[in-house]
Amino acid sequence: MQGDQSNGRAFRVALVVCVVCAALVTTAAVLLRPVQQANRLLDKQINVLAVAGLLEPGKSVEELSKQLEPRLVDLASGAFVEQESLEHFDARRAARDPAQSIALTPEQDIALIKRRANYAQIYLVRDEAGVIKTIVLPVHGYGLWSQLYGFLALESDTNTVAGLSFYEHAETPGMGAKVDDPAWKALWPGKQLYDSDWKPTIRLLKGPLNRENPEVRYQVDALSGATLTSRGVEDLLHFWLGPDGFGPFLTKLREGRDNL
Amino acid sequence: MTANTKTVRMTGRARDVLFAPIFDRNPITCYVLGICSALAVTTSLQATLIMCMAVIVVLCSSNTVISTMRHQIPSSIRIIVQITVIASMVIVVDQFIKAYAFDLSKSLSVFVGLIITNCIILGRVEAFAMKNPPGLSFLDGLGNGLGYSLVLIIVASIRELLGSGKLLGYTVLPSIYEGGWYIPNGMLLLPPSAFFIIGLLIWASNSLRPSKR
Repeated sequence: MQGDQSNGRAFRVALVVCVVCAALVTTAAVLLRPVQQANRLLDKQINVLAVAGLLEPGKSVEELSKQLEPRLVDLASGAFVEQESLEHFDARRAARDPAQSIALTPEQDIALIKRRANYAQIYLVRDEAGVIKTIVLPVHGYGLWSQLYGFLALESDTNTVAGLSFYEHAETPGMGAKVDDPAWKALWPGKQLYDSDWKPTIRLLKGPLNRENPEVRYQVDALSGATLTSRGVEDLLHFWLGPDGFGPFLTKLREGRDNL
Repeated sequence: MTANTKTVRMTGRARDVLFAPIFDRNPITCYVLGICSALAVTTSLQATLIMCMAVIVVLCSSNTVISTMRHQIPSSIRIIVQITVIASMVIVVDQFIKAYAFDLSKSLSVFVGLIITNCIILGRVEAFAMKNPPGLSFLDGLGNGLGYSLVLIIVASIRELLGSGKLLGYTVLPSIYEGGWYIPNGMLLLPPSAFFIIGLLIWASNSLRPSKR
């Protein structure tokens, strides 16, 4: 305790503690990353299956995933991009890479994502006859604290919601974090996203919805206590359904439905 | 003979260090520490159990580490050294939970990371581990961790049972939403209810312990 006050000693101890702790944390993070990544991928896959309504208890994710047809879409033209394998396509890395993404102007960027990747990986689900039954689109946008990453599943009319689910976010626990609450997610299927002119009209409203109002098919109960998260969800849906998101792709899909 | 009495005294001390924090000097009901996480994670028993395990691991390991190096830590920077060690332990535990209990890590979200700010841990490190040998410090960490867990498990059992009619996810009181008779009390799933329950627990434990009055 005598040499306590010497600054040199304090520095040495601090340095040793920092180095040892940093080494410990780094080792744990690096060694556990493969397991964590596998968990994250599995979780994402389960989310895709759940949002497409394909999740069945007792069946393995791999087996169920055979019903999903992953495709790459060029967002600007709305055309499919033929690719040998989609295993190495990383949408988030693409969105950061200037060669694979575009910067959005503040007017375009209603979902507050700054850059948008040129390509997006979607999933198609077909019925026995090979006709598209469900379209699963990846969506993301800013809520209150964080980017919300999720999937929107559409029925073949490209207008009716089959499901909406977020698999990654850091919204307020108990408030905005209810975006992944099953009860709230259950409000979405059957809602209409576009009006008759194919403009995104879906809205998240506060208070009890008037069930008599014909507009109610475009409306979903907002999350109580989470105005900004709800607004974020509405904005990100408008962005991804609009001309800078999947708008061109969905138009193409509607026009040439028989060719697919 | 003297060695023997010493051993007896030591084991007595160890027992006291381990068991006193569970009932007599419980960190939550007696010192009202660690309330933040007690309010936040007690809506379901399963999340609570993971949280308790994480707190026990962090408490034991940081107590032991700090106690081992207690003679080397200059008092001028001791708090910052303690926090660095605690924070490292918490990150390691968080990484393990993310790797091996992914679904639970999603429901616990930020609260595992917030163990760093749990006053029980810094409190025990500063008050006990800085003055006692590693073995006793480990037991102190374990005892306080168990004391914390005991209160959390009681609170979580009450909240999950009355709030959603379930325990560990199994239906105990069939709720009206599932065709049963029980009307779940939604208020028990909100943070204020934990305040009331912990308040009642503190009152109960204080009146059972007349010496504290």
